[in-house]
Amino acid sequence: MTETAYPRIGETVLRETLPNGLRVAVVPKPGYRKRYAFFATRYGGVDMRFCLNGVWHDTPAGIAHYLEHKMFDTADGNAMQTLAQNGAEPNAFTANAMTAYYFDCTEHFDENLRILLSFVSVPYFTQESVDKERGIIAQEIRMTEDSPDWRVYKNLLQGLYRTNPARVPIAGTVESIQAITPETLYACHKAFYAPSNMLLCVVGDVDAEAVLAAARDVLDAEPGAAIERDYGAAEEPGAFEKSVVYPMEIATPQFLVGFKCPADAEGEALFRQSLIGELACDILLGDSSPLYMRLYDRGLINGSFSGDFDQLPGAAYLYAGGECREPERVAQAIMDEAARLAREGVDETFYRQIRRANLGASLRSLNSFENIAVGMADGCFRGFDPYRFPELYDTITKADVEAFLRENIVEERRAMSMLTPAKEASA
Amino acid sequence: MQTIRKELFPGVFFNYIHAVKFKTGVLSVQFVTPLAREAAAPGALLPAVLRRGTQIHPDMRALSSALDLLYGAGLGCTVRKKGENQCFGFVSSFIDDAFVPGGERLIEPVAALMGEILLRPATEGGVFRADYVSGEKDNLIDAIRSILDDKRDYADKRLIEEMCRGERYGIARLGTEEAVAALESGALWDFYQTLLATARIELFYCGSAECARVEDALRDGLAALPHGERVAPVASERVAPPAVPRKHTEAMDVTQGKLAMGWRAMTEDAHAMLLANLIFGGYSNSKLFLNVREKLSLCYYASSAYHRSKGLVTVSSGVEFSDRTRAQDEILAQLRDVQLGDFEPWELDGARNVLISAVHTREDSAGRMEENLLGQAATGIWETEEELVDALSAVTPERVAAAAQSMTLDTVYFLEGEDKSDD
Repeated sequence: MTETAYPRIGETVLRETLPNGLRVAVVPKPGYRKRYAFFATRYGGVDMRFCLNGVWHDTPAGIAHYLEHKMFDTADGNAMQTLAQNGAEPNAFTANAMTAYYFDCTEHFDENLRILLSFVSVPYFTQESVDKERGIIAQEIRMTEDSPDWRVYKNLLQGLYRTNPARVPIAGTVESIQAITPETLYACHKAFYAPSNMLLCVVGDVDAEAVLAAARDVLDAEPGAAIERDYGAAEEPGAFEKSVVYPMEIATPQFLVGFKCPADAEGEALFRQSLIGELACDILLGDSSPLYMRLYDRGLINGSFSGDFDQLPGAAYLYAGGECREPERVAQAIMDEAARLAREGVDETFYRQIRRANLGASLRSLNSFENIAVGMADGCFRGFDPYRFPELYDTITKADVEAFLRENIVEERRAMSMLTPAKEASA
Repeated sequence: MQTIRKELFPGVFFNYIHAVKFKTGVLSVQFVTPLAREAAAPGALLPAVLRRGTQIHPDMRALSSALDLLYGAGLGCTVRKKGENQCFGFVSSFIDDAFVPGGERLIEPVAALMGEILLRPATEGGVFRADYVSGEKDNLIDAIRSILDDKRDYADKRLIEEMCRGERYGIARLGTEEAVAALESGALWDFYQTLLATARIELFYCGSAECARVEDALRDGLAALPHGERVAPVASERVAPPAVPRKHTEAMDVTQGKLAMGWRAMTEDAHAMLLANLIFGGYSNSKLFLNVREKLSLCYYASSAYHRSKGLVTVSSGVEFSDRTRAQDEILAQLRDVQLGDFEPWELDGARNVLISAVHTREDSAGRMEENLLGQAATGIWETEEELVDALSAVTPERVAAAAQSMTLDTVYFLEGEDKSDD
């Protein structure tokens, strides 16, 4: 395995690509009791239209998530129960561009790892088991639809994008999942769960060679065919809809304002862009910014207010919001502050302060094995090394941040999503 | 991992854990006070008001900038309920000395900043600044109202409110909207001065620094703390269930119903009850998960929780409105199986393995260790990792069934949709 040391953050990573194309990353964590395995495919909610062996497939919204639910079924029963009996806590998630299965445990790591590799790589569906899952997923979708945080975010993406699949709910809708059959699930598994489309990341005090041996023993020797993906027509630079308003049974109005940003960066440039976007966000409206304090002191925002910068396939956006009674005023204040920063420039001392804080926050997030593994998978699928953040921060200047603000935080790129209380809340 | 616990000043305890494997150090300061109807609201409000500014860093921007310069140290307000006590204060997380690019030491300035927030708050006319108090009152009222936004949390909170009406345990962690609205600067100031002099304080550190160094930093930071008699936390009171279970139903414009059920578990065999709860509904291999969700597809979630110090078990589930009765019957049937000892050896082994693994991995997270030590200090249930693991290892199927038999249904709460046909 190739060993890379990262002295600035006190980490080491062992990497290897197996002959079947599977990427393996082992992050040693001496002194930890917990051992964590994370097996991910580059396949998520946005991958609905794809080409495999020359044939284009259009699959229903929510299929990647449905598949995730069904992967735990095995010919002998259910992998979740087998792992749980070994004291492992298995779980899975489906994101926009990734599906991941993982567990942590203290005992029987090798055995549990082999179970994980096996149940994720060997599909086992029947008409009956697929039908039965529909009720569970329908309840999950209903629960999500009642969540204001989810609703305000999804409506924002639908305001920003006209065709990009980021506007479609990852789990689909109760209607869209009706069309899912064992055949479509098998087809999607064949397309996306091939070793060359996947990453195995193990974090903890483990024997790295034994991890490789398990992957060699359990997984298919064939890499699988290359997949072409279609994320819809190219998007205009401007937002699709200025504003989306939605009534809900909530106590306090909520909003998000979003700015559509160019989404063509790849590899390390993509990672660098995400660090610039996060710095821009914190300088513009983070909790030590002049704007944040002004809005907070006037009672226009509260501690729920925050912002971030996200990059999905074909989509990138800076967004901010929270509970707020006057969202238009806050959005306007954000635009005005961005215009001021673009005009007058960012104060050099403040820029260094925020860069220092963000470097510290990136480092702090490495206490979480899940953060480490998700970062490794994201980097693996999109071509960058997530542990190179200290070096990348060295290359970023305040001019990069100013250019980002000048280009992106402008009226035509802006969309608003607002939730209004359906009626006066009872106490 | 070894915990060192010492009394720095009378009633002020310092819990220290040495660890070199983390990227960060964690420092926490918590007031622990018995839950009381009139004290919950000011207790919940105080951390937010204190976090607004100090005499040296007079506003949030000054405080946030100070934290940015400490390499993005986090310093969050916490308000928690542990048994029948309210715990509130601050938790700070900051990068470990080994990774500070400039070689600065962070523990001393973080401890000093915490001391400053606690003991040198921004004031006007000798009390808290009125604008800070009124701003944070609005925020706290919003937070109380927002519990409604997450229907699962809301249903769970309503269950405990109804079930433990008149008990300390039924008092809302954040107080009530009315109680918050009635607070003003002068009264809050007086409340805080009494608290500073009389409340139990728990300090916590986990990281690579030596104990003496952290102790010195805390003694310096808290030197101005008044000395005197401090009130100990209260142990939870066990209450018997009513003769007939209580039922509460509420209607709202929601797409999914929420079913919440609560039992009194009168057993003193807490270790058997911990496992009975897991077998019943406490994890992804439980009877509720495998039957109510996987077999009958009645819900996406149905899980149970054992409130050890208080002797309660609660179940929380999201179901179609029309499936309410079926779900409730099935939950009761699954409980009956546990009570009759009708579970396989793998169900007990699985529960035991998951729980022991969770106990072992606690030492992999400074946050979980802080949470656990605070809980032990507040409830008075002291137990080392080894003691807990040994006790769990010794539990037999018969003890699990006996513990489950001590459960009596107390309250059922259901959140249903509104009948739109009347509109």
